[in-house]
Amino acid sequence: MGQGNWRIRKITDRFAKIAFLCATLFGIAFLGVLLYRIVADGAGWLNWDFFTNFSSRFPAKAGVAAALVGSIWIVLLTGPIAFFLGVGTALYLEEYTKKSWFTRLIQVNIHNLAGVPSIVYGILGLAVFVQGLMLGQAVLAGVFTMSLLVLPIIVVSSQEAIRSVPQHMRNASYALGASKWQTISRVVIPTALPNILTGVILALSRAIGETAPLVVVGALTFVAFVPASPMDPFTVLPIQIFNWTSRPQDDFRAIAAAGIIVLLVVLLTMNLLAVYLRNKYQKRY
Amino acid sequence: MNEAVLKNARNRSTQNQSQKKTSGIVQKKRMNREDFVVKSILFLCAMVSILTTIGIVAVLLVETLSFFKDVSLLAFLTDTKWTPLFKPEHFGILALLSGSVLITLGASLVALPLGLMTAIYLSEYADDRVRRVIKPILEVLAGIPTIVYGYFALTFVTPLLRVISPDMGVFNALSASIVVGIMILPMVASLSEDAMVSVPKSLRNGAYSLGATRLEVARKVVVPAAFSGIISSFVLAISRAIGETMIVTIAAGATPKLTLNPLESVQTMTAYIVQVSLGDIQHGSIEYKTIFAVGMTLFILTFLINLIAQWLKRRFKEEY
Repeated sequence: MGQGNWRIRKITDRFAKIAFLCATLFGIAFLGVLLYRIVADGAGWLNWDFFTNFSSRFPAKAGVAAALVGSIWIVLLTGPIAFFLGVGTALYLEEYTKKSWFTRLIQVNIHNLAGVPSIVYGILGLAVFVQGLMLGQAVLAGVFTMSLLVLPIIVVSSQEAIRSVPQHMRNASYALGASKWQTISRVVIPTALPNILTGVILALSRAIGETAPLVVVGALTFVAFVPASPMDPFTVLPIQIFNWTSRPQDDFRAIAAAGIIVLLVVLLTMNLLAVYLRNKYQKRY
Repeated sequence: MNEAVLKNARNRSTQNQSQKKTSGIVQKKRMNREDFVVKSILFLCAMVSILTTIGIVAVLLVETLSFFKDVSLLAFLTDTKWTPLFKPEHFGILALLSGSVLITLGASLVALPLGLMTAIYLSEYADDRVRRVIKPILEVLAGIPTIVYGYFALTFVTPLLRVISPDMGVFNALSASIVVGIMILPMVASLSEDAMVSVPKSLRNGAYSLGATRLEVARKVVVPAAFSGIISSFVLAISRAIGETMIVTIAAGATPKLTLNPLESVQTMTAYIVQVSLGDIQHGSIEYKTIFAVGMTLFILTFLINLIAQWLKRRFKEEY
């Protein structure tokens, strides 16, 4: 190859690198602008009243009280249910069965469920929980729907966590005469717990941000009370934000941005908690 | 925790010494029963995911079949208008499908090239320090709720686009497409990068030793070797874009129409389901059933696409 050819290839490479870098920076720049715009639009509306007021026809009096409490209800109830079902499934697949056509079926099924659009879960919830179990448009219907939605994520991350518990720890337990369940409940689960919890928290932060399935299940857009029991009607933060965003007045757009700040802070806190758990308790064997 | 096990085992061994052989058998039986109970409970947990799939299919099927008692399948598939909420009623899924396809096409044009380029940059050009900064940022981008993207599309991207093209409406497919594209970008980037990182170093070094530049290594060695992973990341991202709901509901509008003009307002299948759900729908009415017919179409479409992704991954898998 001639000298000139080499130089051209070198220059092309240099330009390509710049192009690839620009593509990478585009996503980051987008994130920067998005966060900046939301803080600029909404920060001025954040005050104590915003947290204690209900939604209102007047932007200045509107707040996120009902939505925030609704979101907390959803997370607090979805968490244990999804944890139990997800970790149970993972334990069954990893500890209690040999690989067979049946475990393969469950595994493939879970991967497919992870790819189902979230709004389809909403339709399932509407037909099964709201209509079928006659729960009505209650917190509990939303909780069940959300539990099924995040289940695949929790199963997959729990499986990884359980698989990373080294075999010799199980063997040590068996050698001391422990039964299978004793080994699992006192060795496997405690060892895998930090990673399992990290997965659960990340799954729940997905649930907190979901809007569409709860709209279909029938969460309301205008709630002027705090749901007192799991059978009450409810709304959640993303739906409240959606409602404010879809109104034409600029002031409502601004309080939508304030609502988004609250949502993002909640998400950030949960993610930091997940990272903290992972770093503090993660051990390598 | 290990102490607990130890203590337990110690108790058991002293018990065994003091008691006769029979008690050992009783204990074994107890353990067998415990094993059985635990296994049954865990099995039931595992069945929930199977039941979820059966539930989704059954629910969609029952209501969709009931929908097709009122509307002919032919009209559903060939009519070009979708107006179930007012007279004269039309039930042509094509009007909604074209909205979904238009948004997905636009999102792919944004996300696939940018995502692939980001992946190439991260896996071939960036050093560890840069990667450790950029990857978490992409994770944050992937973790932002879609409602936030929707807000941003309507309040920032749309006004920006209208500066460039003033006769465009407030609700348009273009703005929604771009933002959906950004939403799926991290998915393309991170899955493609995973595929590229798993290409063995020896392949790259072979090409470098022949005098190839980084670009040539990326284009002629890494991308072809990671092809199955890259393509399946593309297909999965497309499936995500079709199922995306809030961005399109907020930014693309609510006018179902058979068009591929991105400057117009459209309605996707997902946005239609939200629109109907927001209203007061009578259980058992035709509006109620349309949700399920549209949901069924959406479910089949994403299911097929996910199957294609899995098939492609296996078909083009390269073993090293």
